Amino acid sequence: MYELLQQLLGDSILVYVIGAALPLLFILPYALVTVLLEMKVSAHMQDRVAYMYTGWHGVLQPVADIVKLLQKEDTIPGVADKTLFRLAPYLVFMGSYAGFAAIPFSSAYIGSDIDLGVFYIVAITSLAVIGILMAGWASNNKWSLFGAMRSAAQIVSYEIPTALSILVAVMITGSLNLQDVTHFQDGGFWNWVVFGGPLPLTQKLLLLPFTLVSFFILFIAGIAEVNRTPFDLPEAESELVQGYNTEYSGMKFAIFYLAEYANVFLVSAIVVSLYLGGWTSPFGEFMSGPIWGFFWFVAKGMFFVFMQIWIRWTLPRLRVDQLMYTSWKVLTPFLFVCIFAVGFILVV
Amino acid sequence: MLTEFGKVLLFLIVGAMFVVGGLVASWLLRPHRPYPGKLSPYECGEEPVGEAWIRFNVRFYVIALIFLIFEVEVVFLFPWALVYRELGMFAFIEMAIFLAILLVGLAYVWVKGDLDWDKPKPHIPKIERSHSPLRASASAERVTA
Repeated sequence: MYELLQQLLGDSILVYVIGAALPLLFILPYALVTVLLEMKVSAHMQDRVAYMYTGWHGVLQPVADIVKLLQKEDTIPGVADKTLFRLAPYLVFMGSYAGFAAIPFSSAYIGSDIDLGVFYIVAITSLAVIGILMAGWASNNKWSLFGAMRSAAQIVSYEIPTALSILVAVMITGSLNLQDVTHFQDGGFWNWVVFGGPLPLTQKLLLLPFTLVSFFILFIAGIAEVNRTPFDLPEAESELVQGYNTEYSGMKFAIFYLAEYANVFLVSAIVVSLYLGGWTSPFGEFMSGPIWGFFWFVAKGMFFVFMQIWIRWTLPRLRVDQLMYTSWKVLTPFLFVCIFAVGFILVV
Repeated sequence: MLTEFGKVLLFLIVGAMFVVGGLVASWLLRPHRPYPGKLSPYECGEEPVGEAWIRFNVRFYVIALIFLIFEVEVVFLFPWALVYRELGMFAFIEMAIFLAILLVGLAYVWVKGDLDWDKPKPHIPKIERSHSPLRASASAERVTA
């Protein structure tokens, strides 16, 4: 993609700025679609119809929401720490947007081809934790502070299962760069890491149960990392109003909301790239190529976004003690077993 | 030619610029009519009671400490996982020892109850009612009444 832009525009900094802005062109339409999808899916699961008046079956409602949020008054509480209050949306959005830099959208486009890849994503998305804590603390509101504290505790607790399940995939693929990881899984769905990767058949069959378990754990921990139901204690509306962004209104609130939806896709993208072959076609050579690659990547990613919405409207919220129990006493020991087993199978 | 990490920096800048753009656009469109009631922190319609900048539960610190230990461990594991298939049996045994030590740590924290949100309290034996002089006099009064 960068080569194509260089041919068109010559070797200037503009090439890289456009390259860095491309994921934004994906995130904005994606967020509009997902907001509508979330409302429609939840409504139909509860035998309602959701928005019906703005446009055909309410498809223009997200656009109307944006217009409303743009015109809304932006209040900052008089007792708030105003500098931190203004800074927080920047950190939260930059953290999730910079995560997209190492996501291979297709064989032709990856924002930054760094070797650290997925390790970098895990590190940079932690900026969001600082942003959330900052928002909660600066608001000088009890709901916000409790929401922020819970959110930080939850994100750091689930960082361990996330990193360990990424580790299982890294042991098999031998690379942190998601583009290389995807190339490793090329050639059909039987080569995906979730089915043991492109290894000899006996090794694949032995690896299968452990890769499946760590794949599910990565998805569960990912949902917890983005604070979505059943792990949405930080913004549990029945106890904490709106959590860390209670005091935010107008465009600042919209930025938090957008960052959350961007994170939802980011988690899906990591799961897809590590375990489900990223942009590779499930049918080997059939329907492969840069454009089809983008199609497959988005299709797989959107499937997991849909899964997250589905889970949100199916499961009730966990209690705080259940949350810690799940992370430390269930997911982490299971992953230690997975790492030992995968390590043993790979060397023997 | 930009290095790969230069591109990462550009991503951060583009992200920040997007937020700036959104906020400036809304600044041009939105009204600004503050009054004291609007500017007070939200507490479900009540007058806010006291400050929100309070001390919070010590559990959060314990969770942060446990996280720190395991996160450092994970950081050590990543380079190992990267070259794992080239090193073979040597890497497996070495990391098995490393992981075993850490598992002992996890087991210790588990047994001490630091992984529970409500840490189990030490068992304090109950005092028999009849032994307490206060109780005895209270019950005697009730009898006379």
